[in-house]
Amino acid sequence: MKHRTFFWFFLPTGLAMLVFIAAPLVSIVTQSFFAPHEAVLIEVENCGPFGCKKETTIDQEATAALREAEPMGRFVGFDVYLDRGHLAVTEVGEAWRNADGLGEFFGTLFNLPFYRALSFTLTYTFVCTPLLIALGFAIAISVNALHRKLKGVVIFFSLLPMIVTPLVGSLILFWMIDSRGVIGNFLQYLTNDPDLSLKASSPLMWTSLIVYGIWSSAPFAFVVFYAGLQTVPKDTLEAAQIDGATRWQQIRYVTIPHLMPLVTFVALIQLMDNFRVFEPIVGFSASAHATSLSWIIFNDLGGETQQLSAAATTSVLTVVGVAILLSPVLVRTWREFKGRT
Amino acid sequence: MFMKKLALAGGLSLMASTAMACEISARVNIVGNEFPAIQTVGAGAQECSGAEVSTNLTADHQKINLPGMQGDPAEYTSAIIANSSIVALMNEDVIRPLDDLVAKHGQGLKKNQLITINGKVMAVAFMANAQHLVYRKDILDQIGVEPPKTYEDMLAAAKMIRDQGILPNPVGGAYAANWNIAQEFNNMFIGYGGEHFKAGTAQPNVNSEAGVKALEMMKALSEYMNPDYLTHDSNATNAEFRAGNVALMNMWGSRAATLVTVDGVPQEVVDGFAIAGPMTVGGGSVPATTLWWDGWTVAKNISDEEAEATFVAMTHAIRPAILESDEIATQAVWLIDGYEPTPAAEGVFAAAQAGSVPYPMLPYMGLMHTALSNELADFMQGKESAEQALKDVEAAYTAAAKEKGFL
Amino acid sequence: MSSAATRKPLPLKIALWAFVTIWLLMAAFPFLWTLWGSFKVELDFFSIADWTNAITGANTERTHGSTFTGAGYDGAWVQEDFWRNVINTTFVCIFVVCTSLTIGTLGGYALSRSGFKYVFWLLITALIFRAIPPITLVSGYLPVFFDWNVWGFLPTAIIVLVAINQPFTLWMLHSFFESIPKELDESAKVDGCTQFQAFRRVIIPVMWPGVITTGLFSFLLAYNDFAVTSMILNEGNRTMIPAIAAFMGTTQTEGNVMFAVAAVVSATAPLFVMVLFFQRQIVSGLTAGAVKG
Repeated sequence: MKHRTFFWFFLPTGLAMLVFIAAPLVSIVTQSFFAPHEAVLIEVENCGPFGCKKETTIDQEATAALREAEPMGRFVGFDVYLDRGHLAVTEVGEAWRNADGLGEFFGTLFNLPFYRALSFTLTYTFVCTPLLIALGFAIAISVNALHRKLKGVVIFFSLLPMIVTPLVGSLILFWMIDSRGVIGNFLQYLTNDPDLSLKASSPLMWTSLIVYGIWSSAPFAFVVFYAGLQTVPKDTLEAAQIDGATRWQQIRYVTIPHLMPLVTFVALIQLMDNFRVFEPIVGFSASAHATSLSWIIFNDLGGETQQLSAAATTSVLTVVGVAILLSPVLVRTWREFKGRT
Repeated sequence: MFMKKLALAGGLSLMASTAMACEISARVNIVGNEFPAIQTVGAGAQECSGAEVSTNLTADHQKINLPGMQGDPAEYTSAIIANSSIVALMNEDVIRPLDDLVAKHGQGLKKNQLITINGKVMAVAFMANAQHLVYRKDILDQIGVEPPKTYEDMLAAAKMIRDQGILPNPVGGAYAANWNIAQEFNNMFIGYGGEHFKAGTAQPNVNSEAGVKALEMMKALSEYMNPDYLTHDSNATNAEFRAGNVALMNMWGSRAATLVTVDGVPQEVVDGFAIAGPMTVGGGSVPATTLWWDGWTVAKNISDEEAEATFVAMTHAIRPAILESDEIATQAVWLIDGYEPTPAAEGVFAAAQAGSVPYPMLPYMGLMHTALSNELADFMQGKESAEQALKDVEAAYTAAAKEKGFL
Repeated sequence: MSSAATRKPLPLKIALWAFVTIWLLMAAFPFLWTLWGSFKVELDFFSIADWTNAITGANTERTHGSTFTGAGYDGAWVQEDFWRNVINTTFVCIFVVCTSLTIGTLGGYALSRSGFKYVFWLLITALIFRAIPPITLVSGYLPVFFDWNVWGFLPTAIIVLVAINQPFTLWMLHSFFESIPKELDESAKVDGCTQFQAFRRVIIPVMWPGVITTGLFSFLLAYNDFAVTSMILNEGNRTMIPAIAAFMGTTQTEGNVMFAVAAVVSATAPLFVMVLFFQRQIVSGLTAGAVKG
């Protein structure tokens, strides 16, 4: 395709991404290097329905002058990246020097918000992704073997975890796994432990979040794999059968290699989505036990005082994290791409 | 004769209400939270004629109001806020002083509705709120104790209820590891006489004796709560009360009116439901709670006509006459002239009378609240000491305050 | 499929059926539970006292005199005018899917038919774009949208959703077009077609399977979105999900959770009808070899 033709074909989608993703990305990166001006504080008397009180407030005139001089705010370089809320370089260094042994070092490390969030985010990503791919694959194989007339209904019900909005889906599941809810009671019956509560312990809460993650994303993998299964070349399968390959061998040596590109695709998308895990943590009120990078961003933006620079910095770190996470896949894609042209 | 008088009176009142009608000449656009009292205010402002009055009442109002008022001209001419959230608008200088407008149109407002900052009226409050004791009278009668006046009494009562096998987890608390737990800490900290900041500065001051005691009291209370308490926000805590699992809790006054009126609440809970003023703690005299107000502001980056129209419409929305409707009168603890406290408002009134302090209206309080939300759960779960948790709070706050330019 | 060679032995059949049944139970049980519970009062559905109340409806019977009540539905649809939100969502979904597929198909096709290096970098950039958490993007939009006076309207939300969804759409459609032999449009071009004519005459007729699958995901994204719609739409233009969120209340004030539950169930019903109605198209869309990596 000629450059010119390519340009016209790509223009609408490119423009949409340029305006609504690239431009904000530039402003996010910029934002992460700037911070608001030093506030000029003055002590004043405030009065209201409950009487008067001496309190501090911002001296607007003095601050306005500062803002006028530098509308972008203070340039702080990598300060925000390195502060306690993010990479916490000083704190980590201190912990390294003062800790007796690795256990204590990690104890201190995971007490820092960024690393605490990272530990859950990575665990979630690396446990959920392979499991949901496996589950999705198993469902796809099974549904594919069903009778034609049943498929539509089964596909619809399989899609339900994806269709019911996470906001409410996680709320309802959160209720069901309560120690007095239906699943909670069932688990207590299974484990024979009437005091079992998934919500009161961190390991169990992590497990619940991961199970929810697999449950809600498996349909995505299922749909993609199911579509892929339809294109498995019949003649190859038949040839394998004639050679006496067992069912498992057919799957192992014909189907899976055929679906490999799709596995890459699903892994790519799911690694990224799981790395940005957010809704279940809010839905399960799990922040006492598990936080994620996206949750930190939400928290920075959602307080009474919004911390825009902090949120921008965490966002940039998330993007960098995703890039690192996907680099093996990207390198492979690059090789394939070069091999093709 | 009598009939004629009556008709005349009717005519007069009709005229009076027409005179009360609100006429504006420029657009009004209001952003605010979405609970019923604020819906009432929004609807009241929309009664005005002469120009368009639009409202956007949403739970996400705090994320929207600032960008919506920063433009020039601002999208929103008025934001409905509370004493915690006015600070964000003050910090960015997007609301205007109202002294001139109060002098011109504010005859119906009471002096104590005016929120003055550095001598300038910046907001007009219309309702109050506070957390206070909600309890089950029948259960306390059963164990033979008076409603607790202090948290120590609450612990003692909770122990009796548990020991007598009435309820396994008699205490309720909105201890969800988010905004809620930080608010409970604030209450307790203030009850122990704590000050969040070193006087006159933005330096944190929570890692103190009061802070440690506050956390220890919270931990002691949590022993009597459902084991999942770190996931219970105020909605979940209310649900526990409604189900009859909780006999004592510190709850928002704004919730009292509807606590037992929803469908399906067991009769003994409806009958036993009672409220009282907030409790003190550690022998202190200041109740372990904070006072809140909700009010409206007027944007800075709008024309004077729009500001005037906004002021007129908003004043109209909170005129004393709205209280004639019983439904509206029970929606909130109104600060409006002529408001008679309903039984559900007793707790908030008791809080105000007992000398409770307002939630601090400081430019950096929001950052402190966020830091508290994130760092206290580890202590509650026994993963670290109170001192370490408070040290973490101060460190988290300091990092945020440095970024925001307060330190 | 049904040839003798692929006929399954009985144990395998049983295992297969067991697995599908367990999966369906896992997938559908929470929803069916919600469907059942939506006809109860809150204290039954979220029953702290005894979970079996959610099945028997003890409190519902005490309040409404029957173990089923339509109170949640009445509240959501009549009292709170939920149908407005449904209309908004319908509008948003239709336009998001159409726009997204139109520009995504053009872009994805171009990416698959051009061998230059920049194609790879465009794909990587799109992937990086997708990594940005949507909440950050949205908080960046707000000041600009307020400035331009476009905040709060449905078209704004539609354009934003389309743009945010483009990286995924592009990747998916690009992979799909890769699987359509290049010779098809090359030969059309040899016959004198321009690239666009080749696309229209040769590619469009065979592209539907992939487009339908991608459309399904676009649809679900638009339908389920909360991050964008809750921040960008004003109260009057709310779609279903932010409206449902609003039913749930905030820290200091009460919501009505049963309205939310009823709304969720009724929001899923049209999807069920749609899937049954379009079942053949969706299944055959998927069947005809939708995506290839």
